[in-house]
Amino acid sequence: MSATLTGTGALVRLALRRDRVRLPVWTSVFTAVAASSAAATAAIYPAAGDQRGAADSINSIPALVALYGPVYEPTLGATSVFKLTAFGAALIALLMIFTAVRHTRAEEEAGRRELLGSAVVGRFAGLAAAVVVTTVSSLVIGLFSAAGLAAAGLPVAGSLAFGLGWAGSGLVFGGLAAVTAQLTKSARAASGLAVVGLLAAYFLRAVGDSTGPRWLSWGSPIGWTQQVRPFAGDVWWVLALPLLVAAALVVVAVAAARARDLDAGLLPDRAGPAHAGRTLTGAWGLVWRLNRANLGAWLAGYVLLGLVLGGLAGNVGKMLDSAGARALIAALGGEQAMEDAFLAAEFSMAAVITSAYAITVLVRFRSEERALRVGPLLATALDRRRLMAGYLLLAVGAPVALLTSLGLTAGLAYGVRLGTPGTEVARLAGAGLAQLPAVWVLAGIAAALFGFLARAVAFAWVALTTFLLLGEFGTLLKLDRWVLDLSPFTHSPKLPGAAVQAAPLLWLTALGAVLVAAGVARFRQRDVSG
Amino acid sequence: MSAAIEIRDLRKSFGHTEALDGLDLTVRTGEVHGFLGPNGAGKTTTLRLLLGLLHADSGELRLLGGDPWRDAVSLHRRLAYVPGEVSLWPNLTGGEVIDLLGRLRGGLDPKRRKRYLDLFELDPRTKGRAYSKGNRQKVAVVAALASDVELLLLDEPTSGLDPLMEQIFRECVREERERGRTILLSSHILSEAEALCDRVSIIRAGRLVDSGSLDELRHLTRTSITARLTGSPAELVRLLGAHGVTVAGDEIRLSADAAALPAVLGALSKAGAHSLISRPPTLEELFLRHYRSEPEVVPV
Repeated sequence: MSATLTGTGALVRLALRRDRVRLPVWTSVFTAVAASSAAATAAIYPAAGDQRGAADSINSIPALVALYGPVYEPTLGATSVFKLTAFGAALIALLMIFTAVRHTRAEEEAGRRELLGSAVVGRFAGLAAAVVVTTVSSLVIGLFSAAGLAAAGLPVAGSLAFGLGWAGSGLVFGGLAAVTAQLTKSARAASGLAVVGLLAAYFLRAVGDSTGPRWLSWGSPIGWTQQVRPFAGDVWWVLALPLLVAAALVVVAVAAARARDLDAGLLPDRAGPAHAGRTLTGAWGLVWRLNRANLGAWLAGYVLLGLVLGGLAGNVGKMLDSAGARALIAALGGEQAMEDAFLAAEFSMAAVITSAYAITVLVRFRSEERALRVGPLLATALDRRRLMAGYLLLAVGAPVALLTSLGLTAGLAYGVRLGTPGTEVARLAGAGLAQLPAVWVLAGIAAALFGFLARAVAFAWVALTTFLLLGEFGTLLKLDRWVLDLSPFTHSPKLPGAAVQAAPLLWLTALGAVLVAAGVARFRQRDVSG
Repeated sequence: MSAAIEIRDLRKSFGHTEALDGLDLTVRTGEVHGFLGPNGAGKTTTLRLLLGLLHADSGELRLLGGDPWRDAVSLHRRLAYVPGEVSLWPNLTGGEVIDLLGRLRGGLDPKRRKRYLDLFELDPRTKGRAYSKGNRQKVAVVAALASDVELLLLDEPTSGLDPLMEQIFRECVREERERGRTILLSSHILSEAEALCDRVSIIRAGRLVDSGSLDELRHLTRTSITARLTGSPAELVRLLGAHGVTVAGDEIRLSADAAALPAVLGALSKAGAHSLISRPPTLEELFLRHYRSEPEVVPV
């Protein structure tokens, strides 16, 4: 073994020790979701005819195909996993991005890498350990999920193809994060950069699957998990693609690591201003300063997303030429209804993503506290409520800007096609804003956690993931109505194209406000920890 | 108002760990008060309680005539704090942090800001992530000194500074005392406290062990002496004021009260000392003396 890798084994054990709860929990979640969704599908569509019918109707709804991908063959297996394949692959990719950064750049940023680096640890041992951990955990999640599918009664070969497809996505994005961790100085930026890559990959396959051209899906690592065609021919050679790309990414990461010093990124630091500017006068100015670049990137992403979604929506109804599809469209309420359904599905997904933004704001506040930067601020004449209000303003206010810009740009792109931009801009901006109350509930949950259980503020992610899974799989699993009602997203209007009831929006907003107020009240009373 | 800080029977525990176990502390207005103790004695916890960052379990706590928890915001206008572990925002420059903290405190004297930046040779244009530990500490020290306040709470402020900067820091503390400021200086370096403080409080395991002026404290300080002798150590062994004498071969070790030092040196010289090392007692030795009864004479 090369001396630059000395100590990799010890670092792998350290990483596994640190992740001894995290990784098993996520492995169980993925396995359970895969197995239960296969079992539920078998119960709903017992006969081959049922499966063909289900596959046909799914494939004729572009909104579904864009979001999840098509059902490639009307087999039980392919129908079972159609929602899981790309979507689950993206979630695994997300997990591996955070895992890789957690064990590379985050360690370096915290100064722990330096401590280890002085021990008998090779230059690339940390990077190698992170790659080993993401590779092994991707494979474990993939194999366990495959076992779960097989246990639910699906063919073993297809189950394996599906599981390995998921693992491939983990490998590629773990590798991508290993590269971005070399480029930026902050762990946050490294994860952010890799997530942008993930979103681009997901988006590429969404376009390729729904409106085409088809080859776009082949350009996306998320698309590859679908092109393996589990239970629809099992195209094994496609699995070579993620392997090759992941290996190439690791080579790039090593080359980038070789080209830089400890703690450095590939971009050098420049000197900054010697005096604080006029905006940096207080707590709110500081919060704004610390978060503005990040918010700017989110806004740019939403503007782009809105333009693309609006553009896609116009195509949705026109792509279907077969007589059967036409009949289906008519039955569903015509082209306009199809397009509205597509947009509504995308907007409800945007609500989940926007909630993720709101949660990151409060998680950030907590990491500021843990980094010992909140205590010295509160040692000045700064009221705790005012400091927290700065973060809350961002968690509650930025989603307004994000969803408005999404609605405006989607409305613009869609409306220009229809020739009625004014109407569509107003209609879709309204549809975006209607998602806000549910987002505020998630912001409230994060704020309350920050006040009451600061150490567990990351549980807000568990809440968001649970609500997301309830929305995606709750109906499939035939959960009781009250369980589905636990998710605030269940109560958001399916806009555009549906009737709006004010009551749920009002009480969601009230619930969010109560949670926020409770979080603030508790933060006033609790110890500011180090 | 003669006491800037008044603490009675203060208790604070974190889970099963008792950080403060009935602490008493009085800091008079206008004095430099050394707050001494080993790592983990509860110094930082006390300061964080005084700043209203932590909520006391029980006990009395008065700061500048107010309640540190209830009146936190108004009290903080009148004090400045240098944390023991300074963490800066990675993408803010030192200058920006100094201005921000100053503005949050209610104002900053630009002349003092410039003066202390020059004194400590700190480049305010460097980003937070690029500063060394010592320079991060300087940012906090400059921010605290540049705002004109009544009370300075300093938590091991020199732990990352080089000896030159430590000297400059001491000058600044003396200046502040001249200007009538009250300073609470937490430290585990006795020589620093000796050089700067009017009075000193020593805590251990969350309790006050000893408190008083330096003269009062000096009755406790003994100089440790190690010497090699050509003659007999017999007289030294009998000498009043020489404690913990151990003899091994021609080497003798002992500690001497300040008052007995001339007599001890005379006896050493008579005994033909040809090598001599003396050093002031460390804080650790002071604690040991407080808590452990030493055997008086152990000839080997």
